[in-house]
Amino acid sequence: MTVFARPGSAFDPGAAAARATEAILNDTLHRAHRGVVVDSPPGAGKSTLVVRAALELASAGRPLMVIAQTNAQVDDLVLRLAEKEPGLPVGRLHSSDPDPYDKALDDLPNVRKSAKAKDLAGLDVVISTAAKWAHVKDVEPWRHAIVDEAYQMRSDALLAVAGLFERALFVGDPGQLDPFAIVGAEQWAGLSYDPSASAVTTLLAHNPELPQHRLPVSWRLPASAAPLVSDAFYPYTPFRSGTGHGDRRLSFGVPSDGSGPDRVIDEAAETGWGLLELPARHTPRTDPEAVRAVAAVVRRLLDRGGAAVSERAADPVPLTADRIAVGTAHRDQAAAVRSALADLGVTDVTVDTANRLQGREFDVTVVLHPLSGRPDATAFHLETGRLCVLASRHRHACIVVCRAGVTELLDDHPSTEPVQLGVTVRFPDGWEANHAVLAHLSEHRVTWRP
Amino acid sequence: MSLIGTLARLEAVRSGRAQPAATVRHRHLSERPLVLVPLTTAGEAGAPLGALVGTDRDTPRLLVVPQPRDRDLRFAFLAALADIVLPYVDGYAEAVEAAERTETDPETGKRVKVEVELCADAPQLIVPSRAGIDFVRLLGRSMRFRRTAEQDPEAPYPAPPRVPLLGRWLTHFGERARVPGSSLLLAVTEVLARHWTTGQSSLEDQHLGALLAWIDPPEGISGAGAALRAELARDADGQLLCPPAGPATDPAFDNKLLAPAIERYDRARARLAAAEDGVEADDRFGELSAAEGQIRALVESRMRPTWDAVWRGLDLLRALPEGAHVAERWTRDRWSFTGHRDRVAAGEPPQPRRDDAVTAANKLATREREQSRLDAQEALDDPLVMAGRRLAGEAFAGEVTDVVMAYSEGKRPSPRPLVTVRTEDRPHLGERAKVYRSLGGKPQAAEFVGYEGWIGEGPGGHGGNGAGRDPGGAGADLVVLRIVDKMGRGREPEAGSVPEKGDRVCFTLFEHEQRGGAKLPEPEETPWTHGGPPGEADAPPQPDPVTEEDVL
Repeated sequence: MTVFARPGSAFDPGAAAARATEAILNDTLHRAHRGVVVDSPPGAGKSTLVVRAALELASAGRPLMVIAQTNAQVDDLVLRLAEKEPGLPVGRLHSSDPDPYDKALDDLPNVRKSAKAKDLAGLDVVISTAAKWAHVKDVEPWRHAIVDEAYQMRSDALLAVAGLFERALFVGDPGQLDPFAIVGAEQWAGLSYDPSASAVTTLLAHNPELPQHRLPVSWRLPASAAPLVSDAFYPYTPFRSGTGHGDRRLSFGVPSDGSGPDRVIDEAAETGWGLLELPARHTPRTDPEAVRAVAAVVRRLLDRGGAAVSERAADPVPLTADRIAVGTAHRDQAAAVRSALADLGVTDVTVDTANRLQGREFDVTVVLHPLSGRPDATAFHLETGRLCVLASRHRHACIVVCRAGVTELLDDHPSTEPVQLGVTVRFPDGWEANHAVLAHLSEHRVTWRP
Repeated sequence: MSLIGTLARLEAVRSGRAQPAATVRHRHLSERPLVLVPLTTAGEAGAPLGALVGTDRDTPRLLVVPQPRDRDLRFAFLAALADIVLPYVDGYAEAVEAAERTETDPETGKRVKVEVELCADAPQLIVPSRAGIDFVRLLGRSMRFRRTAEQDPEAPYPAPPRVPLLGRWLTHFGERARVPGSSLLLAVTEVLARHWTTGQSSLEDQHLGALLAWIDPPEGISGAGAALRAELARDADGQLLCPPAGPATDPAFDNKLLAPAIERYDRARARLAAAEDGVEADDRFGELSAAEGQIRALVESRMRPTWDAVWRGLDLLRALPEGAHVAERWTRDRWSFTGHRDRVAAGEPPQPRRDDAVTAANKLATREREQSRLDAQEALDDPLVMAGRRLAGEAFAGEVTDVVMAYSEGKRPSPRPLVTVRTEDRPHLGERAKVYRSLGGKPQAAEFVGYEGWIGEGPGGHGGNGAGRDPGGAGADLVVLRIVDKMGRGREPEAGSVPEKGDRVCFTLFEHEQRGGAKLPEPEETPWTHGGPPGEADAPPQPDPVTEEDVL
């Protein structure tokens, strides 16, 4: 990995990250606190930290349970653990549904899979989802737990599993989407144990003395993106990129044909950001023009023979469909983009909503702006975490497709959420973060009338 | 708002009349509901001004507080309200049927069936609007911690005997109203807005008069015109022709009519207190009664139109046939009612001011489950609601064009027939997505295989990414599904368990039944992450300390 030092500063990202990790592991292994909280910005090596902490706890002879939020996250962690330490006995606790886990786990000799916690007793590490752990009863509590994606876990989910462990390491990204409830939970707003709040909020409200750490370096975000994401979404806990401006490059074999999509691709390749601005208009959610524009950008990204240079490999790596993702706010928008892509013969590009893109990483992302074409700005569309997820999935460049007029829309809809007593106000609010991102994007604007 | 909701609103605007949003009634309506139309005093939260209450639409009981700031008069009002509401509630407590419930045996720790009582029916409280539900909740909170002279002889301002009990019941009604699909306490505006879509905003739909104007406009006027009139029209004195359904009153009424009347009443009271002999007192008592009579008449004149509107709304709703799952949801309301009846009978303390961590989490889980259940049941009960889900890509209907028998691999092959459905809907089917149809009231699951003609044609050919659909999107898709359950135990599926060619079928992407969540720890085992067990649960909850503002 390239270790990059900014001119005139002594900041060494590798060393800074290593120091943070050491401090976290020290608190986890050798201090008396019942919990340790780690805030991790996008791509800061959260999974690496979880795997390393799990291995160290296991080698210290402490039985460990790991709580993740989705089955995909659990399977991913099991695979990473097995890759690092093939001999480690790992238990994968799963549901009794058909196909409860990734088939790749069947090839790992030291991974035992069961739907019953008793079958996995005595293994060094047992991993499952919070939902499955909640059903485990009448077992000896584990001495240690790691809670992954703790900011996406709801307080009531932690309540259901907290009796299973004595102490825990909570790891997560505070800037991503907050957990949500499908019914109103205002009744409990302001209570320290509001069941709809995030697990970390409740944990810290009751245990303010717990040590809190933060990973200071994003290895995913390029130098062009880290300052913006850090300023807009993590103003009080800034982070840096692990690479410098010269370390990553995106180039295309086929020159631009002068169309909007090609011009915005060139802008993004050059600067890391691109805004393809369509004429202002109020549209349905699945705005056909915007959806087609997204699909056209993806098609051109593939057609123009992109190559990515990064610290990971000596030679340029071709920009293939699996390295590109499209992010939207709503599922019907994702479905519309998939359809439009299929019409252009593109099938292997990931298209999903912000919720489902959390934790994933691509070389280039194309984002349909959550406020594009809307007549109003609701709390859902203004949610800070939604924009943060969409703007922080890329290693090289992010292209945003949006109708003009979002700045005016924001000015017409200042946030009017009621202030609840006892609830910590989150900074920045979505309104401010949206303005910050738009202001930056406007410097990379390509206007286009399809 | 959903797409179908937006379309219905546009149609309502164009036609000038509300459009049906449902073909059946999705809420239970009691044969004998207790309607409560409350009014509150401006400027003081929770100070009732009056109420019309009763089960007979022709003879509502009128309760008025002539001087809302007088605590004694307020208690008298609440005592009178308790004398109407509590007998009505108690009337449902006696008739019970035997039912079974699964409980954990405290000795063996096993789940056992126990015979319990379930009230055969439950009371139903109807208020005009959502704000009315909030007001019921507020009244409940203000009363349930009060102490009567019997409970606490030292209490400085003892409450009349039945008032704290009324507070507990109103709190229960208010809390139950937060459960999606429950019907113990309903707001007419909400139920009407569920069943009809008007051409106005959902904010305006909270105005009962305007909502009814859209749904059932008077002869010769459009719904929009009638709604505007209901909202804005005033008489020569500047009073609204259609008073707001409350509990808040119109400021013009407060300033021009109510305030002078209360002032006259206050003066008459002062004069009566200053009377020097019996004859003078008699005269002045007459003045006081007259002043009180004026206030009663004024307040009634504001509530009576709302009272009649509530019953008109109920008539409109009763004209719809009841949805198939409504009775099942009402049974849950009966359980809720029975449970609270038992808690009161067992002498348990009133509901605490705040939920503890475990109770809050349990309530949230229940409500989320009930919301999903309600969404699924409403769609299954009502083709119009299902149409909305189909339009949103969450369900699809069509004709079966082909059925190919297939079997699962393994020692005992089970039937896994492939069914092709021709549909014009555009469901959001992901790779191997689960879909469900209702088969004799039970959900039958199937798995999405792909779109016909594209199955197995290399990567990306599967439907999960939208490939294989009719490009252009105007025509119909052929969706291939693999039925996976409810076909019996044998090698051949049971008769009628597999759709046949030509059948009309409707599959949903959402589940029809909700799984129960994991059991949470008991409150006394609240973990350290949530602050540990709550404090002394048995200590009687104390009322808020009296502050200067309380005795202004």
